[in-house]
Amino acid sequence: MSTAGHETAANAPTAGEYIVHHLTQWNTSGHAQKDIIDFSILNIDTMIFSVLMGVLGLFVMWRVARSVTSGVPGRLQAAVEIVLEMANDQAKGIVHSAESRRFVGPLALTVFVWVFLMNSMDFLPVDLLPLLWQTVTGNPHAYLRVVPTADLNGTLGLSIGVLLICLYYNVKIKGFGGWVHELFTAPFGSHPLLYPVNFAMQIIEFLAKTISHGMRLFGNMYAGELIFMLIALMGAAWTVSATGVSLFIGHVLAGSAWAIFHILIVTLQAFIFMMLTLVYIGQAHEAH
Amino acid sequence: MNLNATLFAQLVVFFILAWVTMQFIWPPIVKALDERAKKIADGLAAAERGKHDLELATKRSTESLREGKEKAAELIANAEKRAAQVIEEAKVAAKAEANRIVAGAKAEIDQEAVRAKEQLREQISALVVTGAEKILRREINAQAHADILATIKQDL
Repeated sequence: MSTAGHETAANAPTAGEYIVHHLTQWNTSGHAQKDIIDFSILNIDTMIFSVLMGVLGLFVMWRVARSVTSGVPGRLQAAVEIVLEMANDQAKGIVHSAESRRFVGPLALTVFVWVFLMNSMDFLPVDLLPLLWQTVTGNPHAYLRVVPTADLNGTLGLSIGVLLICLYYNVKIKGFGGWVHELFTAPFGSHPLLYPVNFAMQIIEFLAKTISHGMRLFGNMYAGELIFMLIALMGAAWTVSATGVSLFIGHVLAGSAWAIFHILIVTLQAFIFMMLTLVYIGQAHEAH
Repeated sequence: MNLNATLFAQLVVFFILAWVTMQFIWPPIVKALDERAKKIADGLAAAERGKHDLELATKRSTESLREGKEKAAELIANAEKRAAQVIEEAKVAAKAEANRIVAGAKAEIDQEAVRAKEQLREQISALVVTGAEKILRREINAQAHADILATIKQDL
């Protein structure tokens, strides 16, 4: 897997410094972001890797779509077809409007493939790309985070996108008046005294859906990344002694085990994110 | 874990990617999948039809085989009957012919026998006369006993 050995040459960072450094984004401000919320800053690394993954995924599928045949499919076409059919089946089961599915189907496919690829950046050794980047820039303190879904901005961006789509379909399916009516009369019923309670519940529901949607993916990938870093730290502490060698072996064993387990998490989280996207859009189609 | 403008950039990227998928990736693949599904359905239907046709053909061939067998059996029976008839006719004809030949032969034999008897009688009477002449030359006058001789001749 990876080691933190590259920094021991100069002045070795403590474990805490190593982790904090790895969890700091490369952004447009030129230094680590200090405020919790600062909309003047853009995370360059998240943008690069998410766009890269999105373009990679879509490019492969586009290549297949260009030479697609209804006869005997090639291996790549079959693979893309499997993913597409999966997304299509799920969309069919949840969103019952065939017209909406013309957008929701492709949306589900995009979400699954994109999130899967972004999550998969976790499989790269945690120090590989940051070390390359530090070598290229000549700055041993250059920041770089390679997993866009381990950045809260990345996942909340997606979940807010889903929220906007939900709002769009709410208005489209129920009409603006119908939707506003639903905002005030569901879930508790139509009574003037209940209007504020209903409205508050609806707002909380939208907020909770969106934040939990983004946070779930972020939390899983962030924790996964953190564990890779801890495993890397364990391997980095190895020395030529009995305990040192066992640390090295522990790194190899734990790293392999976690990487294999992470394959499940990466796929599962991509699937869950897609399913929730469909469920939320499906809810926007149903009158309470 | 800080929030910043990346959020909105990511949102825009999300919509662009979804739009690209909807425009350029989803439709052709779904179309191909639908076409393949139709092809398979057609193929299955054709196979079903083929099976049905095969069943019909088998039934028809069994039918005509049976008919053929019946016809052949009938032909053979007719032929046998005819052969028996022909043999019977031939037998009758042969019998008649044989009877005719036998009758002809009998008639000829009878005729021959009558002729032979006549000849024999002539010769014997001649012999008797000759014998009697030789005997009587000494004792009997031929003319005197001519009536007796004629009577003998008559009895022979």
